Amino acid sequence: MSRRGTGPRLAVNPITCLAHGMCAELLPEYVKLDEWGYPILNGDPLPPDLVAHAKRAVADCPTLALRLDPTS
Amino acid sequence: MTATLDRPAVDTADLLPRLLTGDSELAAHRARFGPLPLAPFTGTAGRRRLVEGIVHAGLRGRGGAGFPTGRKLATVAAGRKTPVVVANGCESEPASSKDRVLLRYAPHLVLDGAALAAHAVGADRVFLCVERGTGHGERLERHLDERRDDPVRWHVVPVPRRYVASEESALVHFLNDGEARPLASPPRPYERGVEDRPTLIDNVETLAHLALIAYHGPDWFRAVGTGSDPGSALVTVAGAVANPGVFEVAPGTSLGEMLDAAGGPTEPLGAALVGGYFGTWVPLPQAVHLPLSHDPTGPAGTTLGAGAIVALPAGSCGLAETSRVLGYLAAESANQCGPCHFGLPAVAEDMAAVIHGRADPGTRNRLRTRLGVIAGRGACKHPDGAIRLVASALDAFAADLDMHLAGYTCTGLRQHPVLPLPDPEDRDREWR
Repeated sequence: MSRRGTGPRLAVNPITCLAHGMCAELLPEYVKLDEWGYPILNGDPLPPDLVAHAKRAVADCPTLALRLDPTS
Repeated sequence: MTATLDRPAVDTADLLPRLLTGDSELAAHRARFGPLPLAPFTGTAGRRRLVEGIVHAGLRGRGGAGFPTGRKLATVAAGRKTPVVVANGCESEPASSKDRVLLRYAPHLVLDGAALAAHAVGADRVFLCVERGTGHGERLERHLDERRDDPVRWHVVPVPRRYVASEESALVHFLNDGEARPLASPPRPYERGVEDRPTLIDNVETLAHLALIAYHGPDWFRAVGTGSDPGSALVTVAGAVANPGVFEVAPGTSLGEMLDAAGGPTEPLGAALVGGYFGTWVPLPQAVHLPLSHDPTGPAGTTLGAGAIVALPAGSCGLAETSRVLGYLAAESANQCGPCHFGLPAVAEDMAAVIHGRADPGTRNRLRTRLGVIAGRGACKHPDGAIRLVASALDAFAADLDMHLAGYTCTGLRQHPVLPLPDPEDRDREWR
């Protein structure tokens, strides 16, 4: 697992997140759920082969809480 | 004279107090300090010189985080829109009284600092935030009546009496929309805050020091304190000391000396809570020589945070004290973010089970697991601070934890509570 890379990073707005858990279904490689159903994100840059899956998870978040931040 | 990193630069007995001089009325204040020092800082070059002076002075924020104030000023001043300044005097930390003491005994130093900070960043409005129902707003209005010539427009803002209402983004939310609950970031208030303008939010003690730097210069400022935390510091010392209260000390002073400033222990001490309710438990007497400062990169247990220190008698139970405070902090959650809304009550229930002999074989691991997943996942740092307090209690009172989990009766539970909590009657339930 490398912390380096230039891919985007997952981020969540913790106020709008209501623990639907879709992100963990769609991107289990980078999203785990805590015991209350809220996402614990791996904040490392995403590898290229997961970016499309991540975009899908972002688009499918029912409360639009999940987002991708560019790596600066 | 050169300051070393962790010792006062000089014997500070003759140099203090700087803030708590007792000049609460404007005439006495002006007699001591002279007119508001705007003349040396006129024009764009003057403003830049003022910001550089604060940077050179090395002033750190006194609201808890210890961030370098000069860097914050420079960031806000560089924004495109006209910034605003917020002076944070809410002091919702139950173990702290230093801000209300400062507002009462040196209000004009705070107001001078806020006006100078506004000048430095190019703001023309200052919001003075204080808890409602405390009388501070009314007193500030009276002082402002005497300051019609100040180069800023003042707005005294009474804020709901909730623990997290004084958090930076919660103040921005309250000033914009009337709801004192934290906001998700980005943007941070220094980027886009009140009315989407760059917003400088500083604790009132920070602003008072800023005024002193403008009056006396950065080198004068650095004659007290440590290299990484210059200037004097207000600390609130509570618990088992003879003379609890607010004291002005030099950063770098040891924990033991700060307890002595409050008259020393009234009975043998077992531990001290350093840095308030987001702080760290340290064992006594082992930690008595620890030098304390606002430098957040210092070793664990040496960070003053918002300046609150509570001395715990050896006969008290640090776990029970922590459990009680955690219950309060869990109830003070704004209930916006899952990890805080659900996580803090879950950890509070684990701690209560430990204290009251209801723990099961899984309690210890469950506590450790929960403590590991909550921090960093809220919009604000409320869950992080609460979790840090519990984690430090489990470290400092590890032997007590073993005894509790093994089912021994804790005699500390019969002691009077030491960590102060506010009277619920004096607190607000609402956020507006």
